[in-house]
Amino acid sequence: MGALTFHDVTLGYDRHPAVHHLSGDVASGALLAVVGPNGAGKSTLFRGIVGMLKPLAGTISLSGANARDIAYLPQVADIDRSFPISVFDFVSMGLTRRTGLFGGIGRKERDSVERALGAVGLTGFEARTIGTLSGGQMQRMLFARLLLQDARIVVLDEPFNAIDAKTSADLLDLVRRWHAEGRTVLAALHDMDLVRATFPDALLLAREPVAWGKTAEVLTADNLAMARRMCEAFDEGAAACVVDAPSSARAA
Amino acid sequence: MIYDVLIGPFAEFEFMRRALAGVLTLALGGAPVGVFLMLRRMSLVGDAMAHAILPGAAVGFLLSGLNLIAMTVGGLIAGFAVAILAGLVARVTELKEDASLAAFYLFSLALGVTIVSIRGTNIDLLHVLFGNVLALDDQTLLAIAVNATVTMVVLALIYRPLVMECVDPLFLRSVSRAGAPAHIAFMALVVINLVNGFHALGTLLAVGLMVLPAGIARFWARDISSMMVIAVLSAIVSGYAGLVLSFFTKVPPGPAIILVAAFVYLVSLLLGPVSGLLRQLFPAPHLEA
Repeated sequence: MGALTFHDVTLGYDRHPAVHHLSGDVASGALLAVVGPNGAGKSTLFRGIVGMLKPLAGTISLSGANARDIAYLPQVADIDRSFPISVFDFVSMGLTRRTGLFGGIGRKERDSVERALGAVGLTGFEARTIGTLSGGQMQRMLFARLLLQDARIVVLDEPFNAIDAKTSADLLDLVRRWHAEGRTVLAALHDMDLVRATFPDALLLAREPVAWGKTAEVLTADNLAMARRMCEAFDEGAAACVVDAPSSARAA
Repeated sequence: MIYDVLIGPFAEFEFMRRALAGVLTLALGGAPVGVFLMLRRMSLVGDAMAHAILPGAAVGFLLSGLNLIAMTVGGLIAGFAVAILAGLVARVTELKEDASLAAFYLFSLALGVTIVSIRGTNIDLLHVLFGNVLALDDQTLLAIAVNATVTMVVLALIYRPLVMECVDPLFLRSVSRAGAPAHIAFMALVVINLVNGFHALGTLLAVGLMVLPAGIARFWARDISSMMVIAVLSAIVSGYAGLVLSFFTKVPPGPAIILVAAFVYLVSLLLGPVSGLLRQLFPAPHLEA
């Protein structure tokens, strides 16, 4: 029984599929890299997993978990950085599932916020407003909030984009820590060396699954070339999909 | 002398005391809502909503003359209808909230002016457009007080989701369903406070005691709680000073209050420590680290 199971899932916008006929199973505690060219459907897949996008067909089952219990880091954060809120308050949003919308933030919660800030190297930034942070510090702050969410499943959409090597390495340590704690982590990534070095499993997407399994077997030159070819353009006049046999054989 | 100017009018005349009570209550409810309007970049939405309540108030006026309760209820209904319709259209279709609101409020404003001018006199139209803070009766004062109390309680209840929706709406959606209800409750608060302001300041200036104090507060504070305190204080000061100004001059009270608030805004724009103009022209020397 996986933490996350896809049953012939098709996700897309306006009837046009962006992820086509995905079936498979993410084992509980897996550390899975989702790779593929731009437009391959990685972000769309993640939006489907966290319940922000309803599948056009098929189902995504979370084996009893609620989609709101997934910690999700979107690729393009819609954060108003001019909003007058301190780093401490921003990070404490991660406690929402625990405290609810009215629950108080007491000594225990303050301590866990402090610990999360310490874990991402932002101790001393508590009172700064979020508008004063650099890009890397911003990403560290978002990771601190993910830490506080204490979720069984963590979904990271291109978490290391435009982030320097030191920050990526620090944040990658957190990802490894989550993996060691038995959490299920999915991350969309472009850095193949990083994927090969850190992620045991990989899913190669190109609007439909190209390969899914052990990283070394997925990221072969043939598969990567096939993924590049398969990322065909959005066809305005595409016919209704008649493929009934899902590509699960390839994706297994 | 100072007593005669600052306290005399209120000690001597009951209508001035009522007006002061009305303006103070208005400030307590309206200014914090105004701060959120500003932070959500919805200041002009508040203005549009102020026009949207007009047909409801006008229908109330048609049915029962210059009865403030009837106009309040009518205004609330019209305001809610426009806010909810605009919100729904924005959530369901590709149209953004500002465009869908513009369509509904224009329709609403035209309808309102039509209704008032079919039946009313020019004086009625003036009352609707500019309000009359010097003619608040007991019922209206009570209605304003109830609305302000409701505003403060509801704002306290939805404070957390509201802040989260302002700063990171995607995150709020990923952890809670409270975003949409909080947004609707907030729009309801906007309508309630506009109807409040409508009695004192009329449909054209109703939003003034919400938006101007919020703008003032932005120049003096960096965090949201102090912003709300400063906004309330500056709304109270503007209301009081506006009433005094209007008492001793020919300026009508509504415009007088807003003129004072606008003056305080200009001063803050110049002198405010947070991105005020003088501070930008003559910056303090930069620091070591």
